[in-house]
Amino acid sequence: MLIQAVIALLQAPYANLPQYPVANTFDPLATPGQAEKGIALLTIAITTGIFVVTAGLIVYGIWRYRIRPGDDATQEPPQVYGSNQIEVAWTVIPILIVFVLIGVSVRVIAAVQNASPSQSSVKLQLIGHQWWWTVNYPQFGVVTANEIHVPVSPDGKMVTEVRLESVDVAHSFWIPQLAGKMDLIPNRINYTWIDPHQPGVYYGNCAEYCGTQHANMLLRVIAQPTADFNRWAYEQKQPAVDDPNAAEGKKAFLSLACVNCHLIKGTPSAGVFGPDLTHLMSRQTIGAGVLPLNHENLRAWVNDPQQIKPGCLMPSMKLTGPELDHVVAYLETLH
Amino acid sequence: MASIDYPLERPKVGTKDWGFAEHMYDWVATVDHKKLGIMYIVSALLFLVIAGIMALVIRTQLALPNGHVVAPDTYNRLFTMHGTTMVFLLGMPLVAGFSNYLVPLMIGARDMAFPRLNAFGFWIFLFGGFLLYFSYLGGSGLYGAGSAPDVGWFAYAPLTEKPFSLGHSTDYWALGIIVSGIGTIASAINVIATTFSLRCPGMTLSRMPMFVWVMLIDSWLILVAFPPLTAAQIMLLLDRYLGANFFYTQRGGSAVLWQHLFWIFGHPEVYILIFPAFAILSEVIPIFSRKPIFGRPAMVGAVVAIGFISLGVWAHHMFAVGMTSYANSFFAASTMLVGIPTGIKIFNWTATMYGGKVNLKTPMLFCCGFLLQFLIAGLTGIMLAIAPFDWQLHDSYFVVGHFHFTLAEGLVFGIFAGLYYWFPKITGRMYNEKLGKWHFWLFVIGVNLTFIPMHFAGILGMPRRIYTYQAGRGWEFWQFSATIGAYIQAIAVAIYVWNVVHSAIKGEPAGDDPWDGWTLEWATTSPPPEYNFEKLPVVRSSRPLWDLKHPHDPDWKYE
Repeated sequence: MLIQAVIALLQAPYANLPQYPVANTFDPLATPGQAEKGIALLTIAITTGIFVVTAGLIVYGIWRYRIRPGDDATQEPPQVYGSNQIEVAWTVIPILIVFVLIGVSVRVIAAVQNASPSQSSVKLQLIGHQWWWTVNYPQFGVVTANEIHVPVSPDGKMVTEVRLESVDVAHSFWIPQLAGKMDLIPNRINYTWIDPHQPGVYYGNCAEYCGTQHANMLLRVIAQPTADFNRWAYEQKQPAVDDPNAAEGKKAFLSLACVNCHLIKGTPSAGVFGPDLTHLMSRQTIGAGVLPLNHENLRAWVNDPQQIKPGCLMPSMKLTGPELDHVVAYLETLH
Repeated sequence: MASIDYPLERPKVGTKDWGFAEHMYDWVATVDHKKLGIMYIVSALLFLVIAGIMALVIRTQLALPNGHVVAPDTYNRLFTMHGTTMVFLLGMPLVAGFSNYLVPLMIGARDMAFPRLNAFGFWIFLFGGFLLYFSYLGGSGLYGAGSAPDVGWFAYAPLTEKPFSLGHSTDYWALGIIVSGIGTIASAINVIATTFSLRCPGMTLSRMPMFVWVMLIDSWLILVAFPPLTAAQIMLLLDRYLGANFFYTQRGGSAVLWQHLFWIFGHPEVYILIFPAFAILSEVIPIFSRKPIFGRPAMVGAVVAIGFISLGVWAHHMFAVGMTSYANSFFAASTMLVGIPTGIKIFNWTATMYGGKVNLKTPMLFCCGFLLQFLIAGLTGIMLAIAPFDWQLHDSYFVVGHFHFTLAEGLVFGIFAGLYYWFPKITGRMYNEKLGKWHFWLFVIGVNLTFIPMHFAGILGMPRRIYTYQAGRGWEFWQFSATIGAYIQAIAVAIYVWNVVHSAIKGEPAGDDPWDGWTLEWATTSPPPEYNFEKLPVVRSSRPLWDLKHPHDPDWKYE
């Protein structure tokens, strides 16, 4: 009973958040995305104008000067070699357009890149791995995976600063409705920032090809009101729930190679090669977004991840039926 | 004692009594620029078919969400080989093939400056291509099954380093590109030497045909751009085998260094690829409008300007790697500057048609298609040059749509225009006009149905190079349309192949000058003899055959 109440408490704040699976870059809900949309609309307006004029001239030229039946094919048209005035005109106009676009670009580049995070900002570290993400909040002592929780920032003042690093190959952080890309490059530290204006679950993908399972390296940002975010961070900081009903499963887990890769705070399991499982059940998905997290999917994943995400670095542990049941039951207590 | 022992039979004189072996020997041992040009073009088209079939598998996989036609590794190999093949084994041999076949004919020379270097260049290119494809058999070495490279065509470090790329597939990729690159450089040196030293009497640089001008600048660009690529590949191989750690980040190497080295090559490369299309358009549009090219000096200047500017724009591929705002601003600005000379080219081609007699035969149709499609490609290029907009669009399907518009629609439209235009010169026979028009219209429908939807998928957040995607992300419709378009393109290309094969054997004899041309290649027979011209021509203007055909109104009076 108590456990169910805790689940309800934990999941309630974001179970009903609006979902944004269609990550339309023209429907941005954060300051960087909105700045990018602004300049994008200006660019599209200008290029559409150029297209209409130029394509119109081309199509008109083809239609107007095409050979019609009955034309004298042997008669050559007047031979015109060029015209300096006309050529200067259609050189100067593009130069002016280009300089307008350059000026606007430089301003927006500086505005987005050189914005200094405000004092109250949440700082998190996002670490790319081959086909999943570590999300680390040094301020709160919280480590999680694949789902970034941030406080919502209706007035744009609660900025979340994201420090981007990679342990293996290059990846890229991209939540289209919040901000454009920033790469995660090994041996290098990059920064970006987001400030979701509305609560919601924002979908994104790794945007730099990083190997076999690049396609299933998904990411989501869960923006929630500050109070809910603080409660989430507090819960995440706690060690794992030790449910005596799952003692059998815990024993099985700790006796298997699981412990080499996964960390469960408060147990001897202290691997760091795979995602932190301390509060596994507080997450919405498994396998970096490849499946929604529920009993069937979790069981299928633990049984053989290679069936679900071929080539991922978690092997099938070849658990027997009872072992599998116990381990899954134990994992399901990790709220 | 002084007798010479010929191990072979005496060569047979005249081609009439030649058997298969003699013909084969003739092609393999030839140093004739026209035969080498044809071999370059034919091998490029073979690679086009291979990489096109790969594209069809890719499109089939993505037609529906959660597609599982091929496994993830296979898919990654397919897009890597598709990209590498299209750039290095289709685009580059077309540059070499067209310039080989046409440059000596257009400047009134008997062959290229270095005929044997030319043959060497072709064969080393071809074997470089075979080396890349041999990875399918030998990629994992002798102990395992083969596998092709799966690191993407720009192979970002450190994914290419030993810990992440086991076996030898990445080595085949690097070696295949180095080896075929040697052929490309050989061909570029040859074009430069030929245009500077073998022009016929009277052909000053300012009278050189536009085609030759553009290919000359293209060759300079190759000489500047390819060495960094070769250097980067060698550094990669040193990393993989001798512990050099240039790009091996775990040991302190730099992943960003690879990106700089690759794109210093990679961005001029896209202009190297598109220049042949510019070159072809500058010949075909005047002939089919019956007017000289509008603003010839500006057209040459624009190509030179594009060449220069293209050397300073490479980091616009890297707006998301975390460069400073100053670097991002510089590369955004330099990239947009390319739009100015490119605009001049489009306007001048259009102006060439004005006041002319536009004859919409197949080559001209492809030129008109190029103008409109390439215009769109250029404008989406401007969007990508705006760094803040690019932070969203970079590495998304928008980019895939954009560069296929420049290459699959720009380059390939230009190439098809050229292939139809010079088909009667190369084979002596006329292609089938009706099939040509079918090819054109189906191809126009196919490419637009394929590549326009990709832009929208990218705007909706779809990253490139993903082997599958989940339902409900808003991408299904766009991806499904793209797949339909890809199959329509395949039908169009099949019609083209049939047209070429059938017309080359059974087409109407075309005559020496079916288009009433103005450049020197139309002054010799179709196909031209091995020595090209019985007597070297003497020219007095940029349109020597116009002067000949209009003795009362020659061009040289105005130049």
